[in-house]
Amino acid sequence: MKKRNMLKSKRRQSELSYHAMMLPGMIFLLIFSYIPMFGLVMAFQDFVPAKGILGSHWAGWKHFKYMIALPDIRLLVRNTVVIALGKIIIGTAMAILFAILLNEIKNRLLKKSVQTIVYLPHFLSWVVLASVVVNFFNLDGSVNQLLAGLGFEKLNFLGSNRLFQPLLIGTDVWKEFGYNSIVYLAAITAIDPGLHEAAAIDGASWRKRVWHITLPGMMPIILLMAAMNLSSILSAGFDQVYNLYSPMVYETGDILDTYVYRMGLISRQYSFGTAVGLLKSIIGMALMLGSNGLARKFADRKIF
Amino acid sequence: MIENKSAASKIRCFIIYFVILLLAFVCLVPLWNIVCISFSSSAAVAGNRVGMRPVQFTLGAYEKIIGDSQFWRSFGISVARVIIALALNLLLILLMAYPLSKSRREFRARNIYMYLLIFAMLFNGGMIPTYLVVKELGLLNSIWALILPGAVPVFSVIMVMNFFIGIPKSLEEAAIIDGATPFQVLTRVFIPCAKPSIATVALFSIVGNWNDFYSGLIYMTKIKNYPVMTYIQSLSVNLEELIKAGGSANALANAAEVSNQNLNAAKIVVAVIPLLLIYPLLQKYLITGIVMGSVKE
Repeated sequence: MKKRNMLKSKRRQSELSYHAMMLPGMIFLLIFSYIPMFGLVMAFQDFVPAKGILGSHWAGWKHFKYMIALPDIRLLVRNTVVIALGKIIIGTAMAILFAILLNEIKNRLLKKSVQTIVYLPHFLSWVVLASVVVNFFNLDGSVNQLLAGLGFEKLNFLGSNRLFQPLLIGTDVWKEFGYNSIVYLAAITAIDPGLHEAAAIDGASWRKRVWHITLPGMMPIILLMAAMNLSSILSAGFDQVYNLYSPMVYETGDILDTYVYRMGLISRQYSFGTAVGLLKSIIGMALMLGSNGLARKFADRKIF
Repeated sequence: MIENKSAASKIRCFIIYFVILLLAFVCLVPLWNIVCISFSSSAAVAGNRVGMRPVQFTLGAYEKIIGDSQFWRSFGISVARVIIALALNLLLILLMAYPLSKSRREFRARNIYMYLLIFAMLFNGGMIPTYLVVKELGLLNSIWALILPGAVPVFSVIMVMNFFIGIPKSLEEAAIIDGATPFQVLTRVFIPCAKPSIATVALFSIVGNWNDFYSGLIYMTKIKNYPVMTYIQSLSVNLEELIKAGGSANALANAAEVSNQNLNAAKIVVAVIPLLLIYPLLQKYLITGIVMGSVKE
């Protein structure tokens, strides 16, 4: 009995230390995550900074009604989803293809060198890469010099609504395909080489083996990554778009995040900007929960 | 028959090598071009004559940077930010990951904390309310505005927590029998065991803080307080003007910013050097990081 009480008091003591360890982090979370969530009530007010949240007038659903009536919003949502989906689909396909090809390279030094090069852009900021992209794709840039040299017309990639979305998707795929291929490469390595040998002996060509052995073997990881990517469908990449867009391409290049930034922090329409942000947060949360559910179902894994 | 087969496989091999090398080339060329621009004369840059080699090699741009006090100020702010943020992130990550790695029997409030963390990851107040909180705290134009809002990287906490869960229970029990307090168990047993995962989250923190331009953009109202990426962002050529100028070489040369192209390129190169220095480490640890990122149930 006595021993049990002693154990119990010892457990209490450790629990107390556990609470103490959690405390500093929880304070930061409270201030910088939870208090801003209460700030979301601004979306239902005509918020005036001088009056604060407690003193500002309530506006009900006004900002949401205005938002839904605004033709811009449909355009923004469409741009955001098209850009994000394009990046996910083309980016995943490129990463898978690259992983399959890289796996065929037997020369270790060459393989390592190639990996070192293609992972690099992932670690660079879009601020840096935007300069690189502008340098390459402006009217006098290397790409247009090449086009002119081949007898084609020059293309205004950064200023044309038709070309801006492909430019965003293409440069993002360029930045990330190497890094994204890491998981797929790991999945390929985990496939039993005996399967390939057996198929080769039976006369299956390389292409057939990739199609019937490698790809099915990677399928759990492909589904898992697809589920995880689903949650980012409303985040088309603020950093990239902000550094590459201009008013000339707002029609196809403006996304929810850049719009909230301009409305809220530049035009100081705090309440309206917050309303748009709130809608994005809610849909984003639903997507995250959905993708976690899918990941559990398909791949027997969870993200959180 | 057999000869045919090996010829086909040789062709396949050749095509694969060609595609792989082409992709590596495409990744490297645009970056290398910026390096070459930074070592070329402004005239050569304005005339678009710089390709894969510096034209009219000069160190002029780098000499100018040495005397550019704002650049070094921003660089210093970023260095200080990375160091402070790294220390704070690691401290909070480790302190939170350890109690969270306990079972509900050992730490009854564990799941409540976990839900609070996950909810903070799933849902957020968004740009404007967060900005107003930082403003109300009087942090605008202070380096702390760049550090404190990201003090608890929830994803990293969960990653390290998962690593802690995998550490054998017997190690901890042995330490407790020897009279170790929970804090000592964390510092003497768990932290030494979890070095790879700690390295991974540390690198996440360094890269994220160094590359971030967004916090500087919204929380700093004066250029003198910009971290280096925000500073570089503020330098970049005004895209609209560039496009409106028609992009012809003469019109471009007239735009004042363009004559600074090689200077800006040099600034970019210098701002990327710290990342290149830790790049070998990044390659080593971030791969384990990705594999750890998703947890098997």
